[in-house]
Amino acid sequence: MSRSIALTLRLWRQACPEAPGGFETHRLEAVSTDLSLLEALDQLNERLIAVGQRPVGFEHDCREGICGACGFLVNGQAHGPRAATTVCQLYLREFEDGATLTLEPFRARAFAPLQDLAVERTALDRILEAGGYCSVNTGSAPEANALLVGREQAARAFDAASCIGCGACVASCRNASASLFTAAKLAHLGQLPQGQPERSRRAQAMVQRMAAEGFGDCSSHLECEAACPKQISADWISWMQRELRRQGDNPAAARS
Amino acid sequence: MSAVLDPRIPGGPVATAWQRCREELPLISPSNKRRLRLLVVGSGLAGASAAAALAEQGYRVRLITYHDSPRRAHSVAAQGGINAARNDANDGDSVERLFRDTVRGGDFRAREAGCHRLAEISGAIIDHCVAQGVPFAREYGGTLATRSFGGAQVSRTFYARGQTGQQLLYGATQALMRQVAAGRVELLSRRDMLELITVDGVARGVVCRHQLSGELEAFTAHAVLLASGGYSNVYYLSTNAVKSNASAILAAYRRGAFLANPCFTQIHPTCIPSGDPGQSKLTLMSESLRNDGRLWLPLRAGDDRPPAAIPEPERDYFLERQYPAYGNMVPRDVASRRAQELCLAGRGVGPGGRSVYLDLAEAIEREGRPAIETRYGNLLEMYERISGEDPYATPLRIYPAPHYTMGGLWVDYQLMSTVPGLFVLGEANFSEHGANRLGASALMQGLADGYFIAPATVTAWLAGAPQPSVEADHPACRGALAAVTERIAALRARGSGGGSGGGRRPVDAFHRELGALMIEACGISRSGPALSRALVELETLRAAFASELALADHGTPIDPELEKALRLEDFVQLAELMLRDALSRQESCGAHFREEHQTPEGEALRDDARFGHIAAWEHVPGGEPRCHLEPLQFTAITPSTRSYR
Repeated sequence: MSRSIALTLRLWRQACPEAPGGFETHRLEAVSTDLSLLEALDQLNERLIAVGQRPVGFEHDCREGICGACGFLVNGQAHGPRAATTVCQLYLREFEDGATLTLEPFRARAFAPLQDLAVERTALDRILEAGGYCSVNTGSAPEANALLVGREQAARAFDAASCIGCGACVASCRNASASLFTAAKLAHLGQLPQGQPERSRRAQAMVQRMAAEGFGDCSSHLECEAACPKQISADWISWMQRELRRQGDNPAAARS
Repeated sequence: MSAVLDPRIPGGPVATAWQRCREELPLISPSNKRRLRLLVVGSGLAGASAAAALAEQGYRVRLITYHDSPRRAHSVAAQGGINAARNDANDGDSVERLFRDTVRGGDFRAREAGCHRLAEISGAIIDHCVAQGVPFAREYGGTLATRSFGGAQVSRTFYARGQTGQQLLYGATQALMRQVAAGRVELLSRRDMLELITVDGVARGVVCRHQLSGELEAFTAHAVLLASGGYSNVYYLSTNAVKSNASAILAAYRRGAFLANPCFTQIHPTCIPSGDPGQSKLTLMSESLRNDGRLWLPLRAGDDRPPAAIPEPERDYFLERQYPAYGNMVPRDVASRRAQELCLAGRGVGPGGRSVYLDLAEAIEREGRPAIETRYGNLLEMYERISGEDPYATPLRIYPAPHYTMGGLWVDYQLMSTVPGLFVLGEANFSEHGANRLGASALMQGLADGYFIAPATVTAWLAGAPQPSVEADHPACRGALAAVTERIAALRARGSGGGSGGGRRPVDAFHRELGALMIEACGISRSGPALSRALVELETLRAAFASELALADHGTPIDPELEKALRLEDFVQLAELMLRDALSRQESCGAHFREEHQTPEGEALRDDARFGHIAAWEHVPGGEPRCHLEPLQFTAITPSTRSYR
């Protein structure tokens, strides 16, 4: 049921990438537990704006956990303490009255800081650009039911495809690796008949791009899986490792 | 007909109109396409699919989006599915039936030829998305699965769990990224489009503000495609993403593109109700839940027992009672109106009596919890996170919320607006949904426009009207840049103490006020007196926005408050158009319900003789907007009263 709590927010403030950053503390009194953490930040911002101060910058958009725009650390955890939940869906009923929350941006070499809690995550898009698609031109598709895909097979591909590109896996990895992100896309397409023709080449290209963008390697700490709001399994990373050694449409790559 | 509105609908039978039109459209050779530049604004289903499809043909495309990544466009949040007339369920579906359902569902306020084309293309969309690797739900044998949706008696909706929009968008943005890799698409992300550049009346570019650098930039092209989505956020609380906005279509409107049927906005019946005043958005629960969920309220007003304690005979399954033929599957406008009506009559449940129950108990009993989990698991988890209640144990509480806007920029049959060279796709145009969109038809329309229609018609325009090169230093670009610079400076001067010392009210405070005003006067139910009153109140709000806005300059180029203030200015201008349009449409049709015009049973009472038209509004600088009419002709279907009883 609805109640009010008081919260202390320790926020990372950094006006722009070049400016030095530091923590700033704000207190919210009597804020409804029916609000999300982002809505609590909205309230704080309205207060700051009314007195002529700069509002706290953070990324957000859909606020229903699907666009992947939001994401920062809450007490050291990407998207906060609740499993399978983006920070926009984190409601204050998760917290005790009087709690202190430390909010910091995702930190990774490949994620440049922008402002306060916001970072640039376009490096993830460039991994997709390297091969995260099936090369099919509009108009050339065969009849949809010409390709049969088993129910379980489609469900597994869907599980991997549900990645929202929020970057929590990177932010929670000690190596700032994008292995879970990359593996998820490879597993989505690699398990479907449509993805077979480019399967090996795709794996090589995306993994190479991941390294080139400054993401680290996987050392199996599995923090990525724990932080993933879509609960994408880290088993896909092992799957990706096997994929890289696979003989397929690109024998040259498979030898390396 | 207004002399300025020519819809260019092919003559002859509706069923073959698109085929005949397509065969006559002029073509451009691949080598010449490489010399032509296109600008696409928006990276949702319509924008991403158009940019990919056009780039595949060889055009050089620039795609502008306010997001950091095209994958974040709000199409990503569409849950339920996408319609296609494939008759996979062997239940009698056909192109003809999807066409008729669309025209009828839109309450005879859409063009027949456009609706027919949509139904014809629907099958090819599924083929293409499957080829891209979209993981649609499957039957055990490996064929595509379908489900049924509101407003239809057949099962023609294809889906990927409750995340169909996400998967279709990823298909489209992956196709887009493939073109980025090929060097044919340049992504211009984190940019707000603020102005349309026209040369000799032809659309030739846009002015954007870069959200990270704060710089204003002019981009030119041989044609401009807007696919910037709908404007439900005029209501502040809606199911749209918080930053979804109408600024691109308003910029086009101010440059001469007519805005059609702005009052046609859809209020979705199944959303999680609002609670705290600090709530920033409403969240949709897919309409597909109505397949298995039964809507009900306690028979007795003020019955505050927990739902489980209310025995069957004391429950009112109001849709099943009022609409025995369609039951819980009536179209969205009907379901929303009935729910609101009962809540206003004091029968509602939950905080403030502003919700109705959606009960899955019978379906869980019939098919078992695992089956329901498989179908709606992610939706029900989301409900639990937001409401703190367990939807498997107690009925969900839902209430209608603004969700989709049928109105938008007027386009002809070839998707070109009244500004030559400006094409409008997806929810941003006024589209084929008439006065009410059927569930699972938005994804179909966005992708039909982007993958199949625009590639044909944009090519035809460029072939028929070759455009000279326009570079970024053209006087038209300099003029447009100067206009935007001036607009931002004026806002800033007002908000940061340039004149009266600066205000103290943040943009969101005004936006909430605008939303309250609009949902009250121009929401589920409208009336002449309330709309007139709202027009006056809107002026008061506009004046307050001018004098009380807080918009301090902190010297940082990243300035979300400035972005919001610009968007709100546009929403206010749009709100005025919506109110005027709702006021002048003195009939009820689809989602536009005028209290003065209803049947004795409380159903919408259309007036085809006086309002069987599309109303397209023209911006008149310094004056009142001017309304132009495009009469609608029905040759394949005879307009009838929608009946779902």
